[in-house]
Amino acid sequence: MNTTTKLKSPNKVYSLLGREEGIPWVWVTGGALVTILFMIVALLGYIFAMGAAALWPRDVVLVSAAKQSQSSAESPVITGVFQRKLMELSSPASADSSSSAENNQQVAAAYKPNNIIYQANLDFGVKEFAYVSDNELRSASRPVDIWYVERREWGPFIGYVKGFSAQELLNAIAAAADRDRSIARFEQTRIRPLNKELERIRVELKTIDRKNTGADGTYDLELQRLTSESERISKLYESLSSELRTMRQSDSDVQVVLVSPEGREKTLPISQVIRAFQPNQLNAWSRIKLYLSRVYEFVSQNPREANTQGGVFPAIFGTVVMTLLMTLAVLPAGVMAAIYMREIARQGFLVSIVRVAVGNLAGVPSIVYGIFGLGFFCYGLGSSIDELFFRDRLPSPTFGTGGVLWASLTLALLTLPVVIVSTEEALQAVPRSLREASYGCGATRLQTLLRVVIPRAMPGVMTGMILAMARGMGEVAPLLVTGVVKLAPQLPVDAEFPYFHFERSFMHLGFHIYDVGFQSRSAEVSRPMVFASTGLLVGLVFVLNLVAIRVRSQLRKRFEGRGAF
Amino acid sequence: MQEGTSVTAADVISIENFSLWYGETQALFGINLPIQSGGITALIGPSGCGKSTLLRSINRLNDLIDNVSTGGDIRLLGSSVYERTVDVTSLRKRIGMVFQKSNPFPMSIYENVAYPLRIAGQKNRAVLDAAVERSLRAAALWDEVKDRLRKSALDLSGGQQQRLCIARAVAGEPEVLLMDEPCSALDPIATLKIEELMNDMRGQLTIVIVTHSMQQAARVSDNTAFFYLGKLIESGPTKTIFSEASHQETRDYIAGRFG
Repeated sequence: MNTTTKLKSPNKVYSLLGREEGIPWVWVTGGALVTILFMIVALLGYIFAMGAAALWPRDVVLVSAAKQSQSSAESPVITGVFQRKLMELSSPASADSSSSAENNQQVAAAYKPNNIIYQANLDFGVKEFAYVSDNELRSASRPVDIWYVERREWGPFIGYVKGFSAQELLNAIAAAADRDRSIARFEQTRIRPLNKELERIRVELKTIDRKNTGADGTYDLELQRLTSESERISKLYESLSSELRTMRQSDSDVQVVLVSPEGREKTLPISQVIRAFQPNQLNAWSRIKLYLSRVYEFVSQNPREANTQGGVFPAIFGTVVMTLLMTLAVLPAGVMAAIYMREIARQGFLVSIVRVAVGNLAGVPSIVYGIFGLGFFCYGLGSSIDELFFRDRLPSPTFGTGGVLWASLTLALLTLPVVIVSTEEALQAVPRSLREASYGCGATRLQTLLRVVIPRAMPGVMTGMILAMARGMGEVAPLLVTGVVKLAPQLPVDAEFPYFHFERSFMHLGFHIYDVGFQSRSAEVSRPMVFASTGLLVGLVFVLNLVAIRVRSQLRKRFEGRGAF
Repeated sequence: MQEGTSVTAADVISIENFSLWYGETQALFGINLPIQSGGITALIGPSGCGKSTLLRSINRLNDLIDNVSTGGDIRLLGSSVYERTVDVTSLRKRIGMVFQKSNPFPMSIYENVAYPLRIAGQKNRAVLDAAVERSLRAAALWDEVKDRLRKSALDLSGGQQQRLCIARAVAGEPEVLLMDEPCSALDPIATLKIEELMNDMRGQLTIVIVTHSMQQAARVSDNTAFFYLGKLIESGPTKTIFSEASHQETRDYIAGRFG
C-alpha cells in the first residue's frame, strides 16, 4: 500500500484498488485487440504459407524401413515424396524390468507411424501413402536420376525412364503438347460447329413439328430440307471424326517406358505426360521456374483427376463472375430501397416495420436463401422463361435449373440488408446544410437528391458494397442448390455468341474447397490443394476489397474533402 | 401590384402580420416589416428571438421542417409567397441565400457557382462561363480561384468558401439576397471582405442580413429591425435605431446590457 499512497495526487481519480480508474481496462481491451489481430494474421499467414508450399517441387526419397509388424528379416523399400511429420517420437525404451503389458504399450508408442510419405505409382496397386515411424527407418537416399512424371491419369509416376535421355524426353513432351494443341484446335474449329448445326436442326425440327397444322405442304417441304441437311452434316461429321481418330492414334503411338523403383515397367503415351522432372538434381533456379510454372498451371488450367490435380481457373472465374453479377444486382436494388425509405417515404410506422424486417433478413440462415432462390428463381422465373423463349429445347431446361445468374440473384438477396442499412446510414449522415444550400438555390427535391445527396453518400454506399462482396464471396450454402457444380467445362462467359451464358452452372472456389477437402477419395491427397484454393479465395476477396476501398477513398477525397480510409 | 396595400414601389418584400408556429410553439408573433429595395436590412436581436426563422420564412426554407404552420403573409414584389399556387422552387430561384456555416457542395468551384443555372436547365457553355466569372467577380473571389476552377471547392479556406457561397447565391441573378449570420464563423479579415462585398452590391440587390454583431449592423445596414422573443420591437433607419431607439429593450440590447 505504500506505493499507492506515493502515487496519489489530488487531480487524479483512484479506485478502491488504488489504481487509476479505468487504466486496467485500457490494457485489457488493448491486449484483446492485439491478440485478435495476431490470431487473424497468424491464421492468414498459415493458410498462405501452406497454400504456397503446396506446389513447391520437393525431393523424392527412397526409404527402407524395418516394419515392426512384419518379420524383421525383410525391410520394405518405400519410394515417394515426404509429405509431413505428424509428431515427434522418443526412442524406444529397452525391454527390461517393467511388466510386459506396460512394455508393450511403450513399444507401441515408440512405433507410432509419424512420417507420411506420398508413394505415387497408384496404377501398380501401391497405396497412396506409407506411414513410417522414425524408429523403423533403416536408411534413406535421394537417387539423382529418379524422375517425377506428372500425367493425366493415375496421379504422378515416380521412377526411371528407359530409352530416352533427359533432354530427349523433355523435347518429346513438348512435341506431344504441340500435337495435343492442334488436336484441340481441330475439335474446336471443325467438329464443334457441326455439333452446333445438328443441335440447331434438331430444334428447328421440333419447331416445325409444333407449328404443323397439316393445312399446306410447307411442313413436308421443310422436313425434307432439314433431313437432307442433317444427312449431309452427319456425313461430313463422319469423315472429320475418322480424321480425328487417325490424329489421336498417331499421337498415342509415341510412347515412353517408365520403370518403377521396384523394377516394374509401364508403357505410357507421351501425350499423357504433362510435366516431367528429376527432383533430386534440380538447382534453386530451375526449382523456382518449375514452381512458377505449377503456380501458373494452378491459376490458369482446368482441374484434373476429380479436382485433386491441375488448376482451378474455372472456379476463380466462376467466383469472380458471380460476385460481379451479384454486385450489379444488389447495388441498384439496395440503394434505391434505401433512398426510398430514407428520403421519399413518410417516416412512420410502416417504414419502421420495413426497417425492422430488413434488419431481420440479415439474420436468416443462408441455406434458407438458397432454397428460396431454387424455388423462386430456378423453378419459378427460370421455368417461365423456358416456357416462353426456349420451348423447343424442353424438356431439358435452359434457365429452369441452377445457373450463375440465379445464384448471383440469390446472393444479392442475401446481401441486400447490408447495402440498405449502410446506404441509409450514409444518407442520414449527409449534412442538413448541404440540402438547405441546394433547396436555397431553387433546386427541386429530385435535383437535390441526384446532384447533392447521393454523390455525397457514395462512400457510404461503397462501404455497403464492400461488405456485401466480402459476404457474398465467402458464402457457399445458398450456391449448393442454385447452380454450383463440381466440374463445369464451359465458362459462363466465352467467345461463343451471345458471349454471356448466365444460365450455365458454374464452379466456385468456396465450393471447390469443400468438394476437394471433404468429398474426394483421400483427404491427405487433396490437403495441399485445399490450402492452395483457400489461400486463393482469401486473396481474391482481399484484392476485390482492396480495389473497392481504393475507389471509396477516392470518392471520400472528392465528396467529403478528406483522404485515407 | 394590388391596389389598396401599403406596399410602395420601393419595398421589395413586405412582411404582413406574419406569425409562425413550430408545432404548438409560436416562434413569430404578427411581424410587420417592409424591406426597402436595393438596401441592406439588418435583423438583430438575442439568440432564439426568431430572426433566422423570419429570414428562412422569406424563401420558405422552413417548409423543409415538419410541423411548421404560418399565419399572415409575406409578399415579394407584391405577390404572396405563401399562396397555395406559388411554385416554391421558382420563388427560391429569385431569392439567394447564404448560410451561417459555409456549405459548398462537394464539387468543383466552377460547378458550385454554376449550380443554380444548371438546375434551371442552362446547358450553354458560354452562358455558364460568363455567369461563373461574373458571380465570382461579384464575390471578389475571381482573382484567387480563376486558375483552379476545376479543383474541389472543399480545398478553399473558410473565408473563401463563404465567398464562394455568396457567388453561388448571386449566380442565378436573384432579386433578394438573404444572409444568415454569414460572418459568424469567420476571422476579422474575412469578415471585412464580406462586408466590403455587401457594400459593393448595395443598390443592385436587396440584402437582408441576420447578425449578432452590433458593429456589423451599424457598419453595413441602411435599416435595422430589432426582435425580441419572437416579436418585432422596432425597426427603422440604422442611424435612428442605434442613436435614439424608442424602446428600452432596444437601447439595452444595443448597449450590450443583455443578449
